[in-house]
Amino acid sequence: MDNLFINIGHWIVNLVMSLGGSETLGIWIMRICCAVGILIFLLINVIILVYLERKISGFIQERLGPNRCGPFGIFQLFMDILKLVSKNTFVPGAADYWIYCLVPIVVFIPTMMIFGIMPLGEGMTVYDSPVGLLYYFAVSALTTLILLMSGWAANNKYNLMGGMRAAAQMISYEIPLIFSIIGIVMMTGSLNLNDIVYNQVDHGWFIWRQPLAFIVFSIAATAEINRNPFDLPEGEQELTAGYQTEYSGMRFAFMYLGEYVALFAMCWLAAVLFLGGWDGPILPGWLWLFIKSYVFVLLNMWVRWTFPRIRVDHMMKFNWKVLIPLAIANMVVTGVVIKAVQFLA
Amino acid sequence: MSIYDKQGRYETPEAQTLEELQAQQEALAHLEGNNDPSQPYVVNMGPQHPSTHGVFRARLTMNGEKVVACENVCGYLHRGIEKLCEDKTWSQVIPYTDRLDYLSPILNEWGYCMAVEELLGVEVPERGEYVRVILGELQRICHHLVYLASMALDFNGYTAWMYMFREREKIFDILEAYSGSRMNNNALRIGGAPTPLPEGLEAKIIKWLDEFPEAMRDFENVVNGNEIFIARAKDVGIIDAEMCKNYGIYGANLRAAGVKLDLRKDKPYSVYDRFDFEVPVGKQGDSLDRYLVRHEEMAESAKIIRQALEQMPKEGPTMGKVPKMIKVPAGSAYAQIEGGMGWLGYYVVSDGGMKPYRVRIHAPSMMSVFALPDLVAESDMFMQDFVAALASVDIVLGEVDR
Repeated sequence: MDNLFINIGHWIVNLVMSLGGSETLGIWIMRICCAVGILIFLLINVIILVYLERKISGFIQERLGPNRCGPFGIFQLFMDILKLVSKNTFVPGAADYWIYCLVPIVVFIPTMMIFGIMPLGEGMTVYDSPVGLLYYFAVSALTTLILLMSGWAANNKYNLMGGMRAAAQMISYEIPLIFSIIGIVMMTGSLNLNDIVYNQVDHGWFIWRQPLAFIVFSIAATAEINRNPFDLPEGEQELTAGYQTEYSGMRFAFMYLGEYVALFAMCWLAAVLFLGGWDGPILPGWLWLFIKSYVFVLLNMWVRWTFPRIRVDHMMKFNWKVLIPLAIANMVVTGVVIKAVQFLA
Repeated sequence: MSIYDKQGRYETPEAQTLEELQAQQEALAHLEGNNDPSQPYVVNMGPQHPSTHGVFRARLTMNGEKVVACENVCGYLHRGIEKLCEDKTWSQVIPYTDRLDYLSPILNEWGYCMAVEELLGVEVPERGEYVRVILGELQRICHHLVYLASMALDFNGYTAWMYMFREREKIFDILEAYSGSRMNNNALRIGGAPTPLPEGLEAKIIKWLDEFPEAMRDFENVVNGNEIFIARAKDVGIIDAEMCKNYGIYGANLRAAGVKLDLRKDKPYSVYDRFDFEVPVGKQGDSLDRYLVRHEEMAESAKIIRQALEQMPKEGPTMGKVPKMIKVPAGSAYAQIEGGMGWLGYYVVSDGGMKPYRVRIHAPSMMSVFALPDLVAESDMFMQDFVAALASVDIVLGEVDR
């Protein structure tokens, strides 16, 4: 059971080879299958996430949430999608046509690309990059550009303000996000995500060894994926819907999709970095990783439905005056401790 | 002709009118002293906007995230109620007053009935007054709950909003048991209240009163103690006592500025002089104070309801001696009560006929709306601060536009 997906992968390679293909061809076909599999996996997860969000917000707010469409309302999302698909696609007259239409298409490509290097279980990495963590942040930073594109292209002031807020916020919060992880990289000595998990399997999870980094990471990650209390780029009460104000119908659905995929990717990364990845008893590793990432998802939803939104200047001050000094302090202390341990040993 | 062009795009008219350009130029001149290279722009906040509480439109001149100037555009909910009243009989006006401040209909009815009773010279029996006090204070709590909820919502506190609306539902159940409808109750009559509290309702109110403190603790936990909420509401949109005086703002907004002035206490109407209750006041009149004052007022209202239930006579009429067809002697009368948002006044003029000659409504929230441009000009506001200030001055557009 533990090697279920790996065995499937081997089976595909063997199948291609038995049909007369070379091993390289087999591996490439396996990788394409992986990409399709990940895409389907992400879409299914978005369905689960949207359903969970509704049910959890209902639970927190003492109401039922969707319960009419299908058992426990599980088909509500499908009806919503049906409604969005059936809507007329609309482009505002003053919009920059190509960029406007491009944004919903590219919005979740960066997050899709992230899963190419992400360990999905023990030995389950599509491309095991030696600089996986660097790749993650390089690619996920592209999301900022996409949000800014959507803000600019729609030619609406609310969109533009949302896009500008997104750019300011996401670029600022990337700094503490990356700084908080440097401690882990120093302790592991590698940027490879698999190496980081193996280190945790051997020496204990990083949530215990890097608690301050974990706190900084959680906050900065929430800001990075624009979730409450840092959902300023969307800012419903001020900006109606921020960078996605002018998007409707299926384009809106894709923006929404991108948001949830980003949330899921960030939670998955947190599970890999801090909760020991696939480390866990009895259950297969990939299931452990799945459960752990959902722990973060639930935490995030709990926060979202409890806190009000932070103000734009407080958001900046909090980043530069609290999070970054904390992250740097964590980095320095980690470095000193590592050197001290080496010196004593 | 199709409104879509070849690419399927909807053709929108030119975004900038001459007026908007002028506003921009004015704002530019305002900024010239600062050597600020940024260009101001105009944002139309409303009439369709999530946080303008109905159909209020504020034309904001913005400089980046900062609000430089604000211009009120009211009147989207104008239904001509004052004029409509002139074509209705005296008692037919009551349901129309419900639609003014649709968050506290019974208080509106009360004000109007008091003015007409003064003109008629009708004495409301004691029991009727108690019924009015009980319903009115329930309605005040109801109104404050919506205020607190929508303010929390404007800070993106969805959960607080839900908690408060849950309590509001319970009050609606009580009001429904009395008047038959949840909102726009039409519960009072000229000359008193139509019936005493129906059987079992008293116990229901007491049961709700017992549960209410726990709900208040819920609100405190989820909003009042929240650091983000306090940081955003504190020192934002300060309306001090002087400004209140200049604009004629009374009620909870004035009390938040530290002035202890409550019509129920200082110029008691009905039977308010028989109750023991506090008048909560704030410190400086910022958004947080306005929020907290109303939060505390709910507890005081609950106190009044409890006392009124104890003191209410068990026997006796609830309606004064009013003829079936009301004919009001010629003359005019003014009555004001402590409404949900401030001093709610009704000036009625009669020419001796079956219908009012004129009904003039003094709407408290209109004064608060008019203070907004000054509020923006005086303080250095972010757009989020403007939303907070707008939410905290408590406006109901049904009353502002009438």
